[in-house]
Amino acid sequence: MHVPDGFFTVALSVAGAAVAAGGIAVCLRGARRELDERMAPMAGLVAAFVFAAQMLNFPVGAGTSGHLLGGALAAILVGPYTGFLCVAVVIAVQALFFADGGLTALGINITLMGLVTVLMGYGTFRAAGAILPRSRTGIGVAAFVGAAVSVPASALVFTAMYAIGGTSSIDPLKVALAMGGVHVIIGLGEGAITALTVTTVLAVRPDLVYGARGLIRRAQLRTASGEPVPVAQHRTGRAETSKARPFLLGGVAAAAVLAGVVSFYASASPDGLERVASDLGFLSQAKDHPLAGSPLADYSVEGVEDERLSAGLAGLLGVGASLLVGGGVAWLVHRRERRRRLAQTSAEARPGEQQTTESATTESVTTEP
Amino acid sequence: MAAGHIHRLHSPGDTTIHRLPPQCKLASMIAFTLVVVATDPTRFPAFGLYALLLATVAVAARIPPAFLARRMVVEVPFVIFALALPFLAQGDRLIVLGLEMSADGLLAAWNILAKATLGVIASILLAATTEPRALLLGAQRMRLPAPLTQIAAFMLRYLDVIVDEMRRMRIARESRGFVARDLRHLPVVARSAGALFIRSYERGERVHLAMLSRGYTGTMPIIHDVRGTAAQWALAAMLPTAAAAVLLGGLL
Repeated sequence: MHVPDGFFTVALSVAGAAVAAGGIAVCLRGARRELDERMAPMAGLVAAFVFAAQMLNFPVGAGTSGHLLGGALAAILVGPYTGFLCVAVVIAVQALFFADGGLTALGINITLMGLVTVLMGYGTFRAAGAILPRSRTGIGVAAFVGAAVSVPASALVFTAMYAIGGTSSIDPLKVALAMGGVHVIIGLGEGAITALTVTTVLAVRPDLVYGARGLIRRAQLRTASGEPVPVAQHRTGRAETSKARPFLLGGVAAAAVLAGVVSFYASASPDGLERVASDLGFLSQAKDHPLAGSPLADYSVEGVEDERLSAGLAGLLGVGASLLVGGGVAWLVHRRERRRRLAQTSAEARPGEQQTTESATTESVTTEP
Repeated sequence: MAAGHIHRLHSPGDTTIHRLPPQCKLASMIAFTLVVVATDPTRFPAFGLYALLLATVAVAARIPPAFLARRMVVEVPFVIFALALPFLAQGDRLIVLGLEMSADGLLAAWNILAKATLGVIASILLAATTEPRALLLGAQRMRLPAPLTQIAAFMLRYLDVIVDEMRRMRIARESRGFVARDLRHLPVVARSAGALFIRSYERGERVHLAMLSRGYTGTMPIIHDVRGTAAQWALAAMLPTAAAAVLLGGLL
């Protein structure tokens, strides 16, 4: 599944890289919440586990064998943020140190095998978990459904990308059927092995399964007379933002340069989908897209005469629009998180009251035998 | 679907290419592959020139061709896909060697084969001439977020430990007569995966505690900083510049 260089157009590769970078930026914040300062060693070891688990071949039948993608498994075991980071690091390491998957296709690979499998896998897992009984079997079934859905979802996104920015013209429907059919079967294998792995871990160390945290009751501190005692929550350190800023700005600049300059020189030949359309003869009868009259239709800016300049400008505006949408989502997530944290700290810092109860309880705990 | 990654790609040496700072090489190779991917597939001579450029780098780094060839097997799944393209794609049909093919599909197959091969060779050259640790340091110098490079560093450091643990578990399974034949044997494989996860996670906890006891505060100390001089950057820039010259030379 590792896409090599040259499989997709430059524009799509850059778009994939932007999506992957956005996902990583959001997940770096989220993973800090899931693992605080333990993040680097823990996520590193889990990434090594995902890498090793991908080497586990399991028989699918008829002499063929499949292997794990691991996105859904990682998300269920260590949480979606850390899970995505682990898978992203695994894919980057495979590209950089094992020449598996192209350097320019790295963003697309991370999006396909990391973002899509984690989002679809964990999302479906949670949705299924909401319906199913909250037990070990329930978690296992939910893990099966989540992982089984994540693989064909990834294959379908691949097909959609291929229809948009592939470098040849196969009927997208044909690709979708072929990819979908094979990957539904692979997905069943992935689902089975994910569910069995999750239930195995649940049996031994249920506290390690992020997706089953609701199952475990928190340990409670009680006084000798049996009243529960409130315990101060451990607060995680603040996420640092300054380090990531140059990286993000660099990425934005690279995307802008590529979209502006590369589309300036991009070939004007019809893309795969247009080619299919003209071959099948429905291009002539096709009605123009409802947005065809919009100022950015057909990747050019209305009123700019020079064709290349116009394509370059359209590329720049496209990058801007993508950034606005991605940045908006990231900002919303960030704001919600900050609000939550503020609410937490204000609850903790309620004057007087908290302190007195705490000292009172410690007294009662220590004095009563 | 790729198989396991057993071969390490690093090939120690002491050439000019080996001594270049990692961030120069990383930037150079990424720029080069971008230029290759942006090239119109019908410009056949350009790809020959790109291959020549990479061959020059390989000779300068004293990487033997057999080393490159053996490590190019990762490309095989997509070669198969590319070979199937001429028969699947639509468009004008033409007869080649008595087989009916799509002209468009043939071009697409060439496009993927040529670009993927050049990309794989570029990646192998990068990994062969740069120590994994140095490559991560270079990525960090290119302002990749530190947590990300730290995760990758830990992953690389413990990869062999975890893979060895898995190998020992496989030997234990097989010495008890287990052979995975069909789907009914899946639970055994999955239970091994579960055990491997618990062992990895607990090892992570121990590693973290050991680091805390040695004064870890969330960042790793950089022991030796690799700063590229202007001459080294200029040397590294030669590859993408030459490639860009080939690309633009055809366009203008």
